[in-house]
Amino acid sequence: MSFLLFQASFTLYFLAAAAYLVFFFSEKAAIRKNARLLFIVAFICHSITITARYFEAGYTPIATHHETVSFFAWGLGCGYLSFCWRYEVKNLGAFISLLVLALMTVAAFASRDLVSLPPLLQSAWLPLHASLSLLAYGFFAMAGVGGLMYLLQERTIKRKRFGLFYSRLPSLETLDKLNHHCLSVGFPLLTLGMITGSLWAKQALGTYWHWDPMETWTLVTWLLYAGLIHQRFTVGWRGRQAAWLSIFALVVALFTYWGVSVFFAGYHGKFS
Amino acid sequence: MANFPEIITLIGVNHKTASLELRERLACNAGYDEPLAALSKLTSLREYYLLSTCNRVEIAFVSTEPERARADILEALFAPAVTAEELEPHIYHYGQSAAVEHLFRVAASLDSMVVGEAQILGQLKEAYRVAAKAGGTRLILNKLLHKSFSVAKRVRTETRIGASAVSISYAAVELGRKIFGDLTNKHALLIGAGEMAELAAEHLLGNGIASIVVANRTLARAVNLARRFNGKAVALAELQEQLQHADVIISSTGAAELILRKEDVRRVMRSRRNRPLFFIDIAVPRDLDPAINELDNVYLYDIDDLQGVVELNRADRDREAIKAGRIIAEEVLKFEYWLENMASTPTIIQLRTMIEDIVLTEVEKSAGRIGAVSDAQLQALEKMALAITSRMLYHPLKYLKEEHHCLTLEERISMVRSIFELDDASRPAPTGDTLHA
Repeated sequence: MSFLLFQASFTLYFLAAAAYLVFFFSEKAAIRKNARLLFIVAFICHSITITARYFEAGYTPIATHHETVSFFAWGLGCGYLSFCWRYEVKNLGAFISLLVLALMTVAAFASRDLVSLPPLLQSAWLPLHASLSLLAYGFFAMAGVGGLMYLLQERTIKRKRFGLFYSRLPSLETLDKLNHHCLSVGFPLLTLGMITGSLWAKQALGTYWHWDPMETWTLVTWLLYAGLIHQRFTVGWRGRQAAWLSIFALVVALFTYWGVSVFFAGYHGKFS
Repeated sequence: MANFPEIITLIGVNHKTASLELRERLACNAGYDEPLAALSKLTSLREYYLLSTCNRVEIAFVSTEPERARADILEALFAPAVTAEELEPHIYHYGQSAAVEHLFRVAASLDSMVVGEAQILGQLKEAYRVAAKAGGTRLILNKLLHKSFSVAKRVRTETRIGASAVSISYAAVELGRKIFGDLTNKHALLIGAGEMAELAAEHLLGNGIASIVVANRTLARAVNLARRFNGKAVALAELQEQLQHADVIISSTGAAELILRKEDVRRVMRSRRNRPLFFIDIAVPRDLDPAINELDNVYLYDIDDLQGVVELNRADRDREAIKAGRIIAEEVLKFEYWLENMASTPTIIQLRTMIEDIVLTEVEKSAGRIGAVSDAQLQALEKMALAITSRMLYHPLKYLKEEHHCLTLEERISMVRSIFELDDASRPAPTGDTLHA
């Protein structure tokens, strides 16, 4: 059942991304409305998929690689909808839907088998810790995408060559606001994710912090975002610097997420 | 003098043919008086007028030897600063109806960098006023320039070319939106209180900018302008401090050197906590250091850069431009007609025809009233009437045909034409047949 639902969500995301791309090039307002509608339908279908899998598996489906990537994509969708609920960001949808589609493709190719959880993971902390962390990544990914858009638009305005992007990308101020929004939502989520993970570790393994590679790299990521937020609030870092750092931090975050489990062994790596 | 025909010629450079840097060197920064005085010394010119704005430097003149006059002008106006060889590739040169058309296009703002902007007409009127005062314009250029004002007005009312408010200020607002998103809580600072700055301020206010501060060398002008916009006036010395609060800065002073450098702005950015600054430099020569654009979160546009922005929605205006082009072509034809009639022969013919027409009509009317008139009697009446006409026209025609010691031919023609109202458009033009009448 969840398999079919996943296929449906994937198809809907694909259609939404295609519609957003058509809007990007044609700039026809009617298409944009339809694209957003498609994206929302895809998101709802995706939410049902995750719920269905929860009942099939008997655990919160954020354990295997397929499940985490799928949840990451869902988190990104969450972040996007939460932002475009409040602000108008022209064509952010085109970028986000492509990224969501890419993540869903990765999830589609990962093994979709249901596993029986080892005793270590059979805990109420799992859904809490994993969902908080992945949601945080969703917001950070959006900050990174916003950063990329910012750099494209900033370059256009600085160099005074008005090509494909000038009219299609939103204003610099809006993109900077997006960065601010994502950081101020994503950072507390990541912090909470780390705290819950730490509490879980204390309960399951006896100590709060193990210097497991995943933990170390998460700490690096956390410090990077903390630094960025600090600079934003004190010195007024914004614009290009903030955009570059958001992109860099996202790369580190993605490395934490995928690279660490490939290169290092640790109790996090077993499943994700 | 009368051996060669007099030719209206227009030479100049504009934003399309010359770089901002070259235009800066050509512009008459010290006002028109000096260059006009230089032109008045040239014997090759019969009439002349000079227009210098930040986008163009143009000279229109009437001369019997346009080539010599052109060389003389370049020598007299620009020689030490810019040599003729350097200038040559950038100059456009129009003769007769092409010159008329170009001038009409300029006046109607079709040749402007920002098509449809209204500033140019004011600048043209001012240039004409000064040239007329200096005695540069006479019969032909007076007529031509007056005509260009009415053409501009016609284009403005009959097409939507000005209505779309495409101007430098429009481009500035567009860009401001891409940088700030929303202008409603942003503050503008005008440096210099010129007409262009005024228009930009109006446009910014129309788009909801929160406040306007005017900084000017002479505080009195700043106060005047600021009052109009409910703004604040400050002295130029307070510029650094004002940069803390402003977001959009429009600079248009007549200063010869830079008034803000990269270092000045860098210092300000720190205390502004990197809030973006958007500079627009519409002054020629430039007020702001081009290197300012290299700073993070600071954007500097000069007038050439703004053109790129405006070009984006050019398609809409092309249709209106075609309509405007038609109006101009029409007006050029009318002017040519007037110009042709300025020669003496057509005027003589036209005058004769007109008077004879009147006389013969009156003879016919009288004949009808008298009653039975024989053909012979009618012929005698006509003959008498025409004889009176000839006698009465003898002196006016002699006045037109012969040299006069203090009035030029054009002035005499013009006088006769206006006394007899020969330029009334409702009357048909003289045709070839009437020559033998």
